[in-house]
Amino acid sequence: MRRDPGSDGAERVSTPLLEVQGLRKAYPGVVANDDVSFSARRGEVHALLGENGAGKSTLVKTVYGLLRPDDGRMKLDGQVYAPGSPHDARQAGVAMVFQHFSLFEALDVAENVALGMEVPPPMRELATRIRDVSETYGLPLDPNRVVGTLSAGERQRVEIIRCLLQEPQVLIMDEPTSVLTPQEVAILFETLKRLRTEGKLILYISHKLEEIRALCDWATILRHGKVTGSCDPRQKSARELAETMVGSELALPAARTQDPGKVALSIAGLTAVSGAAFGTELKDIFLEVRRGEILGIGGVAGNGQDELLAVLSGESRSAPDSILLGDLPIGSFGPNERRALGVLAAPEERLGHATAPDMNLIENAALSGRRRMRMVSRGFVNWGKARAHAEHVIEQFDVRVPGAGSVARSLSGGNLQKFVIGREILQQPDVLVVNQPTWGLDAAAAAAIRQSLLDLASQGAAVIVISQDLDELMEISTRFSALNEGRLSKPRDTAELTLEEIGLMLGGAHDLEIGQGSSRPDRAAEPGETVP
Amino acid sequence: MIRLERRPAPSRAWAWATPLLAVLATMVAGGLLFAFLGKDPLLVIRTIFWDPILGEFAFYYRGQLLVKAGPLILIAIGLSLGFRAGVWNIGAEGQYIMGAICGAAVGLAFYPLDARWLIFPMMVLAGGLGGCLWAMIPGILRTRFNTNEILVSLLLVYVAEQILAWMALGPLRSPDGAGFPGSRNLRHYDAAANHELIAGSGMHWGVVAAFIAVILGHVLLSRHILGFNIRLAGASPRAARFAGVNPGFLVLTCLGVSGALAGFAGFFEVAGPAGQINIDFNVGYGFTAIIVAFLGRLHPVGILLAGFLMALTYIGGEAAQATLGVPAAAIQAFQGMLLFFLLALDVTTNYRVRIDVRARA
Ligand SMILES: Nc1ncnc2c1ncn2[C@@H]1O[C@H](COP(=O)(O)OP(=O)(O)OP(=O)(O)O)[C@@H](O)[C@H]1O
Ligand SMILES: [Mg+2]
Repeated sequence: MRRDPGSDGAERVSTPLLEVQGLRKAYPGVVANDDVSFSARRGEVHALLGENGAGKSTLVKTVYGLLRPDDGRMKLDGQVYAPGSPHDARQAGVAMVFQHFSLFEALDVAENVALGMEVPPPMRELATRIRDVSETYGLPLDPNRVVGTLSAGERQRVEIIRCLLQEPQVLIMDEPTSVLTPQEVAILFETLKRLRTEGKLILYISHKLEEIRALCDWATILRHGKVTGSCDPRQKSARELAETMVGSELALPAARTQDPGKVALSIAGLTAVSGAAFGTELKDIFLEVRRGEILGIGGVAGNGQDELLAVLSGESRSAPDSILLGDLPIGSFGPNERRALGVLAAPEERLGHATAPDMNLIENAALSGRRRMRMVSRGFVNWGKARAHAEHVIEQFDVRVPGAGSVARSLSGGNLQKFVIGREILQQPDVLVVNQPTWGLDAAAAAAIRQSLLDLASQGAAVIVISQDLDELMEISTRFSALNEGRLSKPRDTAELTLEEIGLMLGGAHDLEIGQGSSRPDRAAEPGETVP
Repeated sequence: MIRLERRPAPSRAWAWATPLLAVLATMVAGGLLFAFLGKDPLLVIRTIFWDPILGEFAFYYRGQLLVKAGPLILIAIGLSLGFRAGVWNIGAEGQYIMGAICGAAVGLAFYPLDARWLIFPMMVLAGGLGGCLWAMIPGILRTRFNTNEILVSLLLVYVAEQILAWMALGPLRSPDGAGFPGSRNLRHYDAAANHELIAGSGMHWGVVAAFIAVILGHVLLSRHILGFNIRLAGASPRAARFAGVNPGFLVLTCLGVSGALAGFAGFFEVAGPAGQINIDFNVGYGFTAIIVAFLGRLHPVGILLAGFLMALTYIGGEAAQATLGVPAAAIQAFQGMLLFFLLALDVTTNYRVRIDVRARA
């Protein structure tokens, strides 16, 4: 039997707030939602679980009025609910926080919130309301800060507050925590719990099963577009949850690689200004990665991760000998010259950086594979080879799409991620740099990607994994460094590190080796400042 | 408050249907315009769209069709490459003028030498080079100083017009012209003339060049890595940089190629249909080609069709002016409507308009 949500004796309403019945949504070649039914109550954090491409995003987009179902009905608070647009959904009390924020970096928080409102109140009043909401729900945020200077977690708060100002009954969150630090996740959870006690319904999508166990009252599980079951996630272990989702047993990545070989790539004393308006400057980076090893670079996104990847991929050029491939200075080489030499990269942002959203997978395979896979001869693209590469990636990395002719935008987040990583790995790189490689992947797919990174290293490639996921880095990396405010700490053998030490490194104590005990984890040493 | 809301992706068929709908809408709105001017709308529309192809005097107009469509297509193919890459060359008219001046100047410099095998090819090259270099000005300014190529290329049109006037009155003025402005007529100088290839057909080397450009444009965009880079840069600039596309190089290439094609068009025009450099040499092909490029969906085959359609409105428009007394400005407005309706339909296929009543204060 289903338990009552919220054991604190909050007001009980017997009819479900949101009822979905027989929802169906088909795309050419796939049925994304097939006869989906579930119901959710007030005062509930309701998880939608499922592997990549299971149809979770499609389902919530339908609830939010972005998509129209081919079939099926919805009821909100007992009334027929058929939103024709997000506008209708908001009017009916349904709000959604997207994973990709739609904020203007150059404007401040209040201005951004005003832009999203139908009839914005005067600025001063709005600022007060923002402050009120942020205090009530424990979401620290200054309405006068410029958005460009905010962290990912703070930006998400802007979106959440924008939603809360509409006083919604239903709040939808699609993978909200993938960009947050553990502290930010904790703050978010407090807010969500408060909303729950107020009797709101939260539809929550995440692949992080521990979070779901900690937060959610009930979970509906989707597979291949169908509902395959529901459960109370607190009653199951993360592993059990993963297995119900995937429908098979989970293979965990095999052990770490053997001893590292020669230095494959090194950076010495590189300082680089970011090209982006509110980017982070890289400061005096030293880095060395050996054949056969995985160098893990931890840290919260926005601390120079994108800039470091750009410097390594060749999108940002630097002085020739600031980057050495073996003995060869490659700092001034562009992306394709580096690819020819075996240095490949996979950026974090999969739509719009790693891939062109409106191009199909064949074209996106040619995007990075043209040089190494010899797809171009005498200036002409051999589309047959590009297609073969795309299909190879689709097959090897279990990318679930109707075919290589699908455009990148139509893939589910996780499936596109698999394509982006697979596209580079199958080019047999000598040095591979990946940023957030398992971002948005389900447990099985994440394990498969980690395994393929380990395999690549054991074949003698040097791999740099930039990730926010510490467990992931602990699991696969040979050595570990932290990137904080554009500074990279000295690497340590992962095997010797404890979680506390990692915490210290991430907190910005760059001189960990020198003054271990005394550095404060919560503050970065300023450039001129010396830590006693 | 009026808002635009993005619709789910429209179909490919619809993308191709909108140009046809835009033509229909233009006919209706244009018909109204002509009616207000006191003309019989059906008669005007028929004069513009029907008579030049199938009417009584069609034998005369059909040749004109190629003559007008040639430069439009040639210029539009070049522009479409840039537009696809997000490089906005609005100044093809200026590049067309500079191509004509350079090509004609080379020819006139050899007058009256009789060596077509040498002179004509050199004129073609000079024409292309003139247009190309003129287009490189906004290109270099953009890559060096990040200026806006839309403004610079557009303003250079007016500079080119001044140069044209100066040339017609000064350095290139015909010594035998009794002091009238305008150069020698190149059509009377066999080594430099761009004659009709088949009498009465309107076919000249410029039209051949336009057809070649359509084919090469198609091959470039669908098979060549440069074409892929162009599409990539237009679709997603950041992904293009990741793919190793050099944005500055692409800007210069697109402007250079579109300038060269406009220059070729200018040269073929001055050595053929126009005959001489004169103050009123340019008639707006460079601007109309922008409409042609978009009407053809920035696709070479589409541009081919759109070029003929626009040529038809030119010829039919002139016929309507001559026989029905429709003012020239009304014909230009009619052509402008075509672009307007195309863009408007594009917006409505991708977005829907919502009008909200102010519910809350
Ligand atoms: N616009 C579209 N066109 C075609 N197919 C689509 C489109 N959007 C989604 N799909 C397909 O629908 C299916 C479900 O996608 P959806 O984005 O809902 O998955 P998801 O459960 O959110 O997965 P993930 O965890 O990877 O984000 C996928 O197979 C996807 O390829
Ligand atoms: Mg999703």
